[in-house]
Amino acid sequence: MYPEDLKYSKEHEWVRLNGNIAEVGVTVFAQESLGDVVFVDLPAEGTEIEQFSKFGEIESVKAVSDLFSPVGGKIVEVNSSATDSPEVVNEEPYGTGWLIKIELSDTAQLDTLMDAATYQATLD
Amino acid sequence: MTITTSAGDIDRRLLMDRSVAGRKAFTLPESDVPAQKLPDSSFLRDDVELPEVSQLEVIRYFSVLSQLNFSIDTNFYPLGSCTMKYNPKINDELANLPGLADIHPLQPDETVQGAIRLLKNLQDDLGEITGLVGVSLAPLAGAQGEYAGLLVARAYHESQNDSARTVAIVPDSAHGTNPASAAMAGLEVVTVRSDDQGNVDVENLRELANESTAVFMLTIPSTLGLFEPNILEINKIVHDAGGLVYADGANLNALLGLVKLGDLGVDICHSNLHKTFSTPHGGGGPGSGPVMVTDELAKFLPKPVAMKTDAGYVMATPEMSIGAINGFHGSFSIAARAYAYIKTLGLEGLQSVSENAIISANYIQAKLRDKYNIAADRYCMHETVLSATKQKKRGVAGLDIAKRLLDFGIHAPTMYFPMIIDEALMVEPTESESKETLDHFIAVMRQIDDEIDSSPELILEAPHDLPVTRLDEATAARKPVLRWTAESNFLSS
Repeated sequence: MYPEDLKYSKEHEWVRLNGNIAEVGVTVFAQESLGDVVFVDLPAEGTEIEQFSKFGEIESVKAVSDLFSPVGGKIVEVNSSATDSPEVVNEEPYGTGWLIKIELSDTAQLDTLMDAATYQATLD
Repeated sequence: MTITTSAGDIDRRLLMDRSVAGRKAFTLPESDVPAQKLPDSSFLRDDVELPEVSQLEVIRYFSVLSQLNFSIDTNFYPLGSCTMKYNPKINDELANLPGLADIHPLQPDETVQGAIRLLKNLQDDLGEITGLVGVSLAPLAGAQGEYAGLLVARAYHESQNDSARTVAIVPDSAHGTNPASAAMAGLEVVTVRSDDQGNVDVENLRELANESTAVFMLTIPSTLGLFEPNILEINKIVHDAGGLVYADGANLNALLGLVKLGDLGVDICHSNLHKTFSTPHGGGGPGSGPVMVTDELAKFLPKPVAMKTDAGYVMATPEMSIGAINGFHGSFSIAARAYAYIKTLGLEGLQSVSENAIISANYIQAKLRDKYNIAADRYCMHETVLSATKQKKRGVAGLDIAKRLLDFGIHAPTMYFPMIIDEALMVEPTESESKETLDHFIAVMRQIDDEIDSSPELILEAPHDLPVTRLDEATAARKPVLRWTAESNFLSS
């Protein structure tokens, strides 16, 4: 449910680091709480964002929620399959349902995030 | 060929699907004026698909549709925050009197003195009920009342040369309209947290209230159905910071004759006549959301406001009015219905409305709290927010419970609101319902909880007994079909 190699934010987003590129998505807990995702609004590639700032919106049959970036930097890629087929966020939140890739401004930001066990403990 | 019986079936074909070329529902009379040529006929099209049906087919189509409707006139409707109380039919009868129904908004004031007097009396009654004596009936809905009230707050600060006040503080439990109205009124929205009792976090508010605070928006009772016990302290914090207090009166149904918002220090509020004062909702509308303010703020109210002068009743513009927020006088026929309701009940009657609404909600809460978690487990006001978290752990979500209720002829409660409560089911029985109806609802809710263990599929696949069963809301939102085509074939999907 919560892969060991990812870092997590209290806003229920995850980060996967490859070099200085951080892949970001929402956790299983987030997609289960939201229910069926029907719309994802993501920023344009090239947008600069700060850590923990709002970068988009995710809408389910229940509600619209803000997406907060667990890390800051420049958005280098946006997942068009998440915007075209929002169901991938429910089906594979850690895989094809990723949302954005960010070129990190500072890798030390990851130290402010939680590991899988700590994140999971916040959910109980 | 054998014909199968079908009296219980519903003809689901859309009007378009019933179309037969050349059939029609009317015969135009012979023209008695000379034919005229259109200066430009290029906009006329003959490729538009329209249903070709007889008058009887139209009547049957809409009659059957109307019978599929789920309404307070047919079923228990505990839709939290919406106050689906019974709307006495006498309200409609009085509002349809020719002197009220057959007048025109452009008639000179002197020819509609009775109608303007009715508006003035209603303004006075709402002023008396809320303790906020400046009243404008112009807003056409609750959200428009909020918007007008916030514009009044802005106009007040500007009149004090205090235009740096640009922030509206809104609790995280508020109706979504609160931050939306504040943004539309040009204010920046800052959220104040709720504490673990469901009240406004007073310390958080203290940190947020400062010289930029234009207004603090408080829903009272809150969206959790709770009276805000710290309201006097809250109002003092906001006033000490120089801000105004706006009370969202969506839940005024719980306060009639019991508490006056003005006495608590509230400066501005609105009331949804279509909730508290028993006028039709939504599609049965139109709505009405009068805005009430202190005497000091009355000069900023949206126009027109009914006033009494030596020369009679007039629709007037307050001295420093924020202007018109829509055409004409607001929803006049709705105001007439609300006035009929208030006058039928009188002060004592209105007080018993709120008392009974509060007793009904607490009765349900007390009878269900061993099975369902209560969002804030203390006495509630006119509604109780259940949380189906225990049920969700056993495999059935709040949504499923809401769907299962439909099988018992009960409208679903408001679901997943307020958003700070997981699996929220917000139940507002209103004062209209008998103890038998409340007992039936309680028994059904307890039975559904039992069904989770005995036969969960009954809940997960509900509703079973309605014309339309479980809808695929996700596909409807992801791939909406927004217009009819010959290929749409709604019946197969």
